[in-house]
Amino acid sequence: MNRVVLLWLMVGVAGFCLLPWYVLEEGLWSFEWLFDGYPTDSDYAPAVFLLLQGEKLWLSPLLLFLLAPVLVIFRDKSDPLFSKVLCLAGGLGLLYLLAQGFSIGIRGWNSELLLAVFGELGDRQYGFGYGAMLLGISFLFYLTTGIAARGVVNGDVFVVGSIGFVIAMVGLFIFLPVLQMLSSALQDDQGQYSLLVFFSKFFDDKIWGLHCLVSSRGCGVAWNSLSLALLVGALTTLLGLVFALVATRSGLRQAHLLRPLTVLPIITPPFVIGLAIILLFGLSGTVTQFVADLFGLQPSRWVYGMPGILIAQLLSFTPIAFLVLIGVVEGISPSMEEASQTLRASRWQTFKTVSLPLMRPGLANAFLLGFIESMADFGNPLVLGGNFDVLSTEIFFAIVGAQNDQGKAAVLAIVLLIFTLTAFYAQRRWLGKKSYTTRTGKGDGGIPTKMPRRVLYPCYALVTIWGTFTLVVYGMIVYGGFVELWGLDHTLTFKHYITAFDVAINEHGIHWRGSAWDSFWTTLRIAATAAPLTAALGLVTAYLLVRQNFRGKNAFEFGTMLSFAIPGTVIGVAYILAFNVPPLELTGTGVILVISFIFRNMPVGVRAGIASMSQLDKSLDEASLTLGANTWRTFRQIILPLMRPAILAALVFSFVRAMTAISAVIFLVSAEHNMATSYIIGRVENNDYGIAIAYSTVLIVVMLSVVAIMQLAVGKAKTSRRTTPGLAVQAAPDAVVVR
Amino acid sequence: MKATITALGSTTIALIGALSGSAIAAEKLTYYCSAQEDWCQLMANGFEEATGIKVNMTRKSSGETMAQLKAEADNPKGDIWWGGTGDPHLQAAEEGLTEPYESPMRGELHDWAIKQAESGGNATIGIYSGALGYGYNEEVLEANNLPVPACWKDLLKPEYKGHVQMANPNSSGTAYTTLATIVQLFGEEEGFEFMKGLHKNINQYTKSGSAPIKAAARGENTIGIVFMHDAVAQAASGFPIKVVAPCEGTGYEIGGMSIVKGARNPENAQKFYDWALQADVQSRSLEVKAFQVMSNKAAESSPLAPDLDSLTLIDYDFTKYGSSDERKRLLKKWDDEVSVLPQ
Repeated sequence: MNRVVLLWLMVGVAGFCLLPWYVLEEGLWSFEWLFDGYPTDSDYAPAVFLLLQGEKLWLSPLLLFLLAPVLVIFRDKSDPLFSKVLCLAGGLGLLYLLAQGFSIGIRGWNSELLLAVFGELGDRQYGFGYGAMLLGISFLFYLTTGIAARGVVNGDVFVVGSIGFVIAMVGLFIFLPVLQMLSSALQDDQGQYSLLVFFSKFFDDKIWGLHCLVSSRGCGVAWNSLSLALLVGALTTLLGLVFALVATRSGLRQAHLLRPLTVLPIITPPFVIGLAIILLFGLSGTVTQFVADLFGLQPSRWVYGMPGILIAQLLSFTPIAFLVLIGVVEGISPSMEEASQTLRASRWQTFKTVSLPLMRPGLANAFLLGFIESMADFGNPLVLGGNFDVLSTEIFFAIVGAQNDQGKAAVLAIVLLIFTLTAFYAQRRWLGKKSYTTRTGKGDGGIPTKMPRRVLYPCYALVTIWGTFTLVVYGMIVYGGFVELWGLDHTLTFKHYITAFDVAINEHGIHWRGSAWDSFWTTLRIAATAAPLTAALGLVTAYLLVRQNFRGKNAFEFGTMLSFAIPGTVIGVAYILAFNVPPLELTGTGVILVISFIFRNMPVGVRAGIASMSQLDKSLDEASLTLGANTWRTFRQIILPLMRPAILAALVFSFVRAMTAISAVIFLVSAEHNMATSYIIGRVENNDYGIAIAYSTVLIVVMLSVVAIMQLAVGKAKTSRRTTPGLAVQAAPDAVVVR
Repeated sequence: MKATITALGSTTIALIGALSGSAIAAEKLTYYCSAQEDWCQLMANGFEEATGIKVNMTRKSSGETMAQLKAEADNPKGDIWWGGTGDPHLQAAEEGLTEPYESPMRGELHDWAIKQAESGGNATIGIYSGALGYGYNEEVLEANNLPVPACWKDLLKPEYKGHVQMANPNSSGTAYTTLATIVQLFGEEEGFEFMKGLHKNINQYTKSGSAPIKAAARGENTIGIVFMHDAVAQAASGFPIKVVAPCEGTGYEIGGMSIVKGARNPENAQKFYDWALQADVQSRSLEVKAFQVMSNKAAESSPLAPDLDSLTLIDYDFTKYGSSDERKRLLKKWDDEVSVLPQ
């Protein structure tokens, strides 16, 4: 008897006969259904009970697909019939399951065409619940087991199953929502599809207008976003390079102090930098007032608009460029520069003709990261935008504002997606074609040359100014949580911390009375749920990419890394459009938040996994396989233990990102599942800067401790096997992109 | 001894209740709320405490809630819809999405609340109202040597150039109310001339309705055109904000409450409805700095809040200016004629 088939058969039968078929109104974790009319009440009934009562008869063919593999369960894997039956049952079962889900909704038939063909249905159905979910999983693995039996990937059931699972997940939670969004951009007010409507919306003057060139009117949002992103990309790269040079080639002993800077953007909640900038440079800001008094100038609102966003984004994203470039600068082999100097080039010539060109891929990479980050940034333009509209905020207001125009949001999201995907594609092409190898594995003696003076001194100056500025901004953030009314009344107080985090202890136990606890625990819970799942999915994907060969591997890789280039606002909009209605009714649940984090942060796990798995010699797997273990066991007992550092890195980053993410979250939170960042945005909108800042400071402290603890754990894990030092840092450039 | 027995008895009953509670479906109410988050939460918690009925709250803007009611019309999931501007409530009543109900509390309410109910066939009722106006930052005004404004037309003076903020009517209901008010107050022709003149003085069209006064509170702006209760809320938080009720008269909004037609828990919805109209419940709005005028005559109001009776209110035509055709027409006109002008 084939045990794999038996397992999935049992899972499917449980889904069909035991668990409620439809989604539970009370939420995923409610167990009211067990006591309230189960198994006959049609809201809670498993599919088989529905059928026995003569309801939802369109579910009956599913039983056929579920039970068909019983015919072949005692046959050998190599029997052609075995694979044929499994493939058909799984494939057709999945198709039928989805087709019925999409065609019958809460108001009967979902499309006019079906209504015309089959007539009035007189019945309806809600979204998939536990039952449908399990049956779907069982169909999926029937299919992959069937495919494996045909000899694909050496007939390995585990590998084919994993590939199938990853494809299904990515398809369901990345491609489906994005496609759904594309289709809603094509609809007019009446829900009719029309290309004309799309083009009139897409080429709207408000998106592409160029009035700013000829008059005082603003330009279209697309141009605003594009010019801002180009500027931010260029300047962060420049600053990042300066920092990287000072850190590695200045000969300054304090230079290593720059490193912790890289953690800052990852653990800083959105908005706080924008708020600090307003309090420094706003109309009534400290610096503005000081300068105005000093020179007798009229204070102005110059900071609102492009200048303010630019400063805030430079502060936020320069450390990312630094992080990317420090690796590149360190990687340049000193021997090349020594060769150049031996040939009598001056330090400046060497720098200009040898070192700098070798850094090109790193520079391009840093530029593109800055570009994508700026495009996707949501918090800073929201606070500092003034009349300078950018795509990410326009998308938000198209959904939440009085317009409530999902079609417009979808069109804007598409424009944004085109920009970032182009950048993403350009990056891959650039990195794919050129080789800048400097590490050859051969003897690599020598120490890095110092920079020429004419580069070094300006660099020092910039780093000092910038470092001081960053310190002032973060100092203000901490200080702002302890004053009565930031900007007006600077009496010191613990008021905001008490309002947000008050705890009372009496005979009945601990009472979390502060207004922030609710969202704080929700955030911790959701981040802690999402982190291991993200790491697991990422590592399995990395394993498939590094260790296995199969057809379509490149497309597979591109698909899994795609969410990298999709800004959070776009994912948010896409998820609302796709998961608000049956068959996948997820909005308003905590599950949708967890899912959005998993797929937004998955590339981090994949990257971390690939980096560390490439360092493990394949002979280890082979040894295990030769000794009779199957791939699952090899993966579990050989590879996983050796990858502890990568696992921890992926865990930390997905946890921290889940705590500071805002752009997708803002669309997906609900009253029951409110997240810290959306609570903070509410406080900012209410002009309660004190609480917003106090909460942000607490979040920063919490995340710093998490990072520190994990760092310690990673350090210990290193002893088990030689790996490249600073693995956590390697994963970081990926981590920060996911926003 | 007797006390112990009573205590034991009640514990047993409570235990049995708890055990069987899951068998008998708990009393519950699904509550759609379109006001500010903390106010929604206050109402939900208050009702739970007062009645023991479990409240499932969803907070969405009034437009979104309206869309949701439409989508769920065949299978309503909500019981009661509280808060949010009156237009969508009236629209829902018109489309038969909400259930007529005449509350015994009606005798205690202001006339405008009843009038709102009658124009909606008794399927909605007014729970609060707020008048439009503007607020200014005293300190900034003084620092710039500007005169104190008192009327709408004052805002057109050239010395206020770069000192006035309002929201974009395309993205904010408040700003649309402003546009509609000006059109009703001065007539369409002159009203648009006013908007064009105002445009010259505007330093930023914000996205959200109350943002202009919040910026003014922080000294980042001087005058913000908003609902007066929003300006009062800033003053109450300690910011140097003064509230102005324009001398020519002004428009207003009425916040609505409606029971969903075909609600799953209609009795609980009615309980909530009556409860929400009580004076002591409405007085609690001050706790969350909601300074609207409440519909129960006996409800307390903040000394800072503007007295609706002392204001000159225009006869705001909610039916005409709430309709989506008129809305689209005015917004397009504003887009084409006002927003494109140089500043």
